Amino acid sequence: MRVEPKMQDPEIRINNFEEVNLGYTEEEAIAEAQRCRLCGACVKGCPVGIDIPAFVNSIAKGKFRQAIDIIRQFSVLPAVCGRVCPQENQCEKECILSRKGEPINIGALERFVADRFNEKEKFDIPKIGKSAGIIGSGPAGLTAAYELRKAGFDVTIYESLHAAGGVLRYGIPNFRLPDKIIDREIDYLLSLGVKIQLNFLVGKTVYINELLEIHNGLLITTGAGLPSRLNVPGENGVGVFLANEFLTRINLMHAYDFPLYHTPIKKFTRVIVVGGGNVAMDSARVARRLGADVTIVYRREEEDMPARKEERLHAKEEGIKFMTLANPVEILLDEYKNVKGIKLEKMKVAGKGLDGRNKIEGTLEYFTLDADAVITAIGQTPNRIIQENVKGLNFDSHGRVIVDENLRTSLNRVWAAGDIVTGAATVILAMGEAKRAAADMIKTL
Amino acid sequence: MERNEIRIKEKIAENTYSFWFYHPEIAKHFSAGQFLILRVVKEGERIPLTIADVDIEKKLVRIIFQVVGETTYLLSKLNVNDIILDVLGPLGHGFEIPDGTKSVLLVGGGLGIAPLFPKIKEISINHKLKADVILGARSKDLFILVDEISKIASNVYLFTDDGSSGHKGLVTDGINFAISNNNKYDFCIAIGPILMMKAVTELTKKLNIPTYVSLNPIMIDGTGMCGGCRFLYGNEVKFACVDGPVFNAFKVNFDDLIQRNRQYREQECQLFKGDK
Ligand SMILES: Cc1cc2nc3c(=O)[nH]c(=O)nc-3n(C[C@H](O)[C@H](O)[C@H](O)COP(=O)(O)OP(=O)(O)OC[C@H]3O[C@@H](n4cnc5c(N)ncnc54)[C@H](O)[C@@H]3O)c2cc1C
Ligand SMILES: Cc1cc2nc3c(=O)[nH]c(=O)nc-3n(C[C@H](O)[C@H](O)[C@H](O)COP(=O)(O)OP(=O)(O)OC[C@H]3O[C@@H](n4cnc5c(N)ncnc54)[C@H](O)[C@@H]3O)c2cc1C
Ligand code: SF4
Ligand code: SF4
Ligand code: FES
Repeated sequence: MRVEPKMQDPEIRINNFEEVNLGYTEEEAIAEAQRCRLCGACVKGCPVGIDIPAFVNSIAKGKFRQAIDIIRQFSVLPAVCGRVCPQENQCEKECILSRKGEPINIGALERFVADRFNEKEKFDIPKIGKSAGIIGSGPAGLTAAYELRKAGFDVTIYESLHAAGGVLRYGIPNFRLPDKIIDREIDYLLSLGVKIQLNFLVGKTVYINELLEIHNGLLITTGAGLPSRLNVPGENGVGVFLANEFLTRINLMHAYDFPLYHTPIKKFTRVIVVGGGNVAMDSARVARRLGADVTIVYRREEEDMPARKEERLHAKEEGIKFMTLANPVEILLDEYKNVKGIKLEKMKVAGKGLDGRNKIEGTLEYFTLDADAVITAIGQTPNRIIQENVKGLNFDSHGRVIVDENLRTSLNRVWAAGDIVTGAATVILAMGEAKRAAADMIKTL
Repeated sequence: MERNEIRIKEKIAENTYSFWFYHPEIAKHFSAGQFLILRVVKEGERIPLTIADVDIEKKLVRIIFQVVGETTYLLSKLNVNDIILDVLGPLGHGFEIPDGTKSVLLVGGGLGIAPLFPKIKEISINHKLKADVILGARSKDLFILVDEISKIASNVYLFTDDGSSGHKGLVTDGINFAISNNNKYDFCIAIGPILMMKAVTELTKKLNIPTYVSLNPIMIDGTGMCGGCRFLYGNEVKFACVDGPVFNAFKVNFDDLIQRNRQYREQECQLFKGDK
């Protein structure tokens, strides 16, 4: 039987921001690894092609060091991916045991060995006298920095916020991905000699053409940080948040620890979260931890939600209600412009779309829910600062930077990777692309 | 010298300070109207401040701020040679007076005089426009930068609520006064508390003088990522940090902005209980 790692009890965890998933013990990891058939069917589900049977087999034999060494040949952030990859749509989906509903818990195994080995490989870095600039310190930027540094480049990452990590830092909450895990990865890069220049907004603090004068090549990994809006009446009311603001206050600024930390967040009693992705789950679970009664409203069916299965499950265990087939048409405000509720249209399923998800249509039937806060988490599009401030950089109508098959942009010596190219996607996809971009930079520069 | 190192610190009025600190990139890329975001301690909040001036040769950047809460209090305690923990800028867009403008009215209220200052300087020195300045404050000891402004601007009218300096009255009285003195203006820039900007806008709309204001919503990142600074502009939602902070006043929905800015009043008071 599939071995599940222990979790913090829901009753307790809704009062703290500590990690929910407690990870495997040695015995649990070995027991889970021993179930593996070593067939390799899962590998094609992993965007960076980790040799899963090899590392799982090492764990089965108790050779943990060997396991992590194998993983590190493919991924630089295994402690992160083991925690946040949507495994059920990737490696675990392809696992032959998933037909019986019990795929190997690949993510948990990956995390187990990654957490065990704090000290990391030291290696000789060749001196090649070339330099690369990376714009943005999310998973894509960090991955590329590692690859380029290993190949001997002088690497500087420019990051606009006061802390590195991108969405890992300001978006994903500590109860899923603790700060110390990100810190560890970043410290490792620093120990290899990667420089991180915080508080540098490229396009404002410094321009791309200036960076091209001091670096042989540049990689843009600025992510998809611009939140989409509902565009319904009332969305500017007091108590209406775009998820990014809510999560940034909590994760980057530690508002849950106010007044020890100085950034405030209000305590709400009834919170409605609009959306069905990871961002919606994270917002809902944060609001729950701040003491609110929380309902997630989603316009399709639950099976269509893009959020990871584990997050949905955890949200429900924490007492968060799910209301599906409901689409917001107005946020209701009182005379002081404070949120007092939300008006929703009942939706109904109207067949399947090409993507396999349910198609929906309105019923013209409406109802309202009381709330004192509404958090909208309905998608993000690429950050615009770069596009608006760089001449000659081509991007599409969604603001995504256009690249060729080698991730080269329309500007000479400038590459791009991650969410800025694909639109909001996943950590591991961003990393996979960054690796390809770095490989092409190493080859051509 | 290190980035963010404070080179000059002056107390220029009650609770009001002027700092010059070292930051080559901001000094180099600044244009009037832009702002920065800073943090003083690692538990601290990120707060926006207008860039009041730069010294390109010395690579220095000037901020002028009033102590109103925790962050500005902590900032005021820093001294020469101290380093401001984090500074991000220059943010937002600079703002250009439209071509063909002949005569400008510059209205600054309270602390809004600080963000107005670079504009006054630029217009008076570079454009050689006729630029009249109306400055307002609650009382004499709250006025900032009056001497510096008087040195560069042609006409400066002072107004205080209590009459302790200049004329007694509000800046809107000042606008009426300036106009009754046979002055004509084809452009107005007003910066100050939101209520003041709203009142000025109502007046200049009547007088048919195109008016621009610099908005000060609550901000976090200042890079267009969180949406906390959004407000209604005509029928559109704008993010003040990346779309502004300077906007056509006739399209700004001031009431929307006022509501959004009072969101954290309670917590702000809890955190900061005055000079400790
Ligand atoms: C709340 C939330 C939860 C998520 N949960 C998951 C999950 O469970 N699993 C998963 O796989 N994915 C998840 N994702 C998606 C995933 O985090 C992203 O796909 C991934 O982080 C993209 O990486 P990136 O490096 O391209 O960009 P980002 O992580 O967005 O990093 C971009 C960085 O660039 C900086 N930047 C932007 N513009 C500039 C500039 N002009 N100059 C300098 N710096 C700049 C930004 O500040 C940021 O730090 C989640 C996303 C969110 C928002
Ligand atoms: C683009 C921009 C430019 C600004 N330029 C300057 C400047 O040049 N000099 C200066 O002194 N201030 C300026 N401000 C206002 C400044 O950001 C606030 O005074 C500061 O955030 C207060 O922080 P605090 O922690 O000290 O006080 P808080 O405890 O956060 O607030 C204390 C009091 O200040 C009010 N307040 C909080 N945030 C703001 C805000 N964004 N705008 C107005 N009032 C606020 C609160 O309602 C409260 O009454 C600017 C604001 C913006 C958005
Ligand atoms: S990186 Fe993600 S997809 Fe690849 S094996 Fe690990 S958990 Fe699975
Ligand atoms: S598909 Fe499943 S059983 Fe086969 S190697 Fe991968 S994890 Fe093991
Ligand atoms: S301050 Fe976050 S978007 Fe403007």
